[in-house]
Amino acid sequence: MERWTSDEVKNRPEALKPLTDLLFQLADDDLVIGYRDQEWLGLAPHIEEDVAFGSIAQEEIGHAAWYFRMLEELGMGRADDLASLREARERKNAVMLELPNGEGADYLTAPHFDWDWTIVRHYLHDVWEMARLEALKTSRYLPLAEASEKILSEKRYHRAHQELWMRTMARHDSVSRQKLEAATAKAFQWLGDLPSVGPAETALEHLGIFSGVDEAKRAFWDQVDTFFGELRIHRPEAAKPLDGRQGQHTPELARALSTLSEVYRLDPTAKW
Amino acid sequence: MGEEDVYRVLEQVHDPEIRAVNIVDLGMVWDVKASDHVVHVTLIPTFVGCSAQTIIQRVAESRLAAAFPDVRVAVDLNLSGSWHTDRISERGREALKQSGIAPPGKDLGDVACPFCGSRDAAMENLFASTSCRSLYYCRACHNPFEAFKPL
Repeated sequence: MERWTSDEVKNRPEALKPLTDLLFQLADDDLVIGYRDQEWLGLAPHIEEDVAFGSIAQEEIGHAAWYFRMLEELGMGRADDLASLREARERKNAVMLELPNGEGADYLTAPHFDWDWTIVRHYLHDVWEMARLEALKTSRYLPLAEASEKILSEKRYHRAHQELWMRTMARHDSVSRQKLEAATAKAFQWLGDLPSVGPAETALEHLGIFSGVDEAKRAFWDQVDTFFGELRIHRPEAAKPLDGRQGQHTPELARALSTLSEVYRLDPTAKW
Repeated sequence: MGEEDVYRVLEQVHDPEIRAVNIVDLGMVWDVKASDHVVHVTLIPTFVGCSAQTIIQRVAESRLAAAFPDVRVAVDLNLSGSWHTDRISERGREALKQSGIAPPGKDLGDVACPFCGSRDAAMENLFASTSCRSLYYCRACHNPFEAFKPL
């Protein structure tokens, strides 16, 4: 299969639109989950977790930065602007990833964060990210294929971390088990749009930018079912109240973006 | 000026988070092209989210520009070739050990304490002070130490 470079895609409008739509999903997913991760700094249950979430947040945001750079290369605007200045309705992240870390969730005044929810949500994100990147290793778009191979090799550390926690919570005692069940129930109320690639699915498949979307979704569900089965935790059906892939979001996203980009908006031309 | 001259300059560039190892030994140099007019270097990051990568890129660029004032210098950073831990040279592994970081093994847990050499070490945290390391505790000499994550 002939692979495409950025210049070749720029001359193919039929490929540019679906490709950039997919890249926005990848970038926005990692940016917003990385943002939620870093809100744990100073609040994590113990110091090792502070360190772990520091690394995981940095890596998620670092992965997002590469996807935004790829979008810049395709003529979509400056990477920093794409990360910081787009409105919530332009964002393509899955809705579950934008939700706060817990109830009473203002980071500064009422950080009543929920560890179980944070871990379960992150696990589901990691499984989908890995299934998606596994398929994208063979993408016709060469820079994406290369990035997928590389990023996939790092993602297994995130997933191993969340799986370890989920096993611990499932086994520890009845309280931790109930919390894990409650976090799982909450995640599945929002999960529907995560393992999906939005309205460009047919085009992505047809163009060879993302071959095997169905297989990736099946891999996601197989792995999730196997793992929850091993934990003996019931997983409900996944609901889809909103479709983030189509720009539908909760007000939480706008709130998070306003904090995330507060400094950047002061002077977008500043050199860092 | 040849490619060896370019490599000699790049051996003076270090990851600011791992001072002991230069970027050539770390395996970050993917490609070097040198002619009478142009030096073109392609670097690849160890970890994609590594916050030191653009600093390294800038330092490499300015060192090369200072060493070869009469040619055009360009240093790119991309993800071609997918960096993995096998790219660290023998000299790089030794330098890591000297600075108290266990070089990467074949898989997680495949580490030897950089202080006493014991393999009786417990992983305390998959994550540590930077993206590329995990935290261990040596049961033999009772020192905590960091180990490069295998990729």
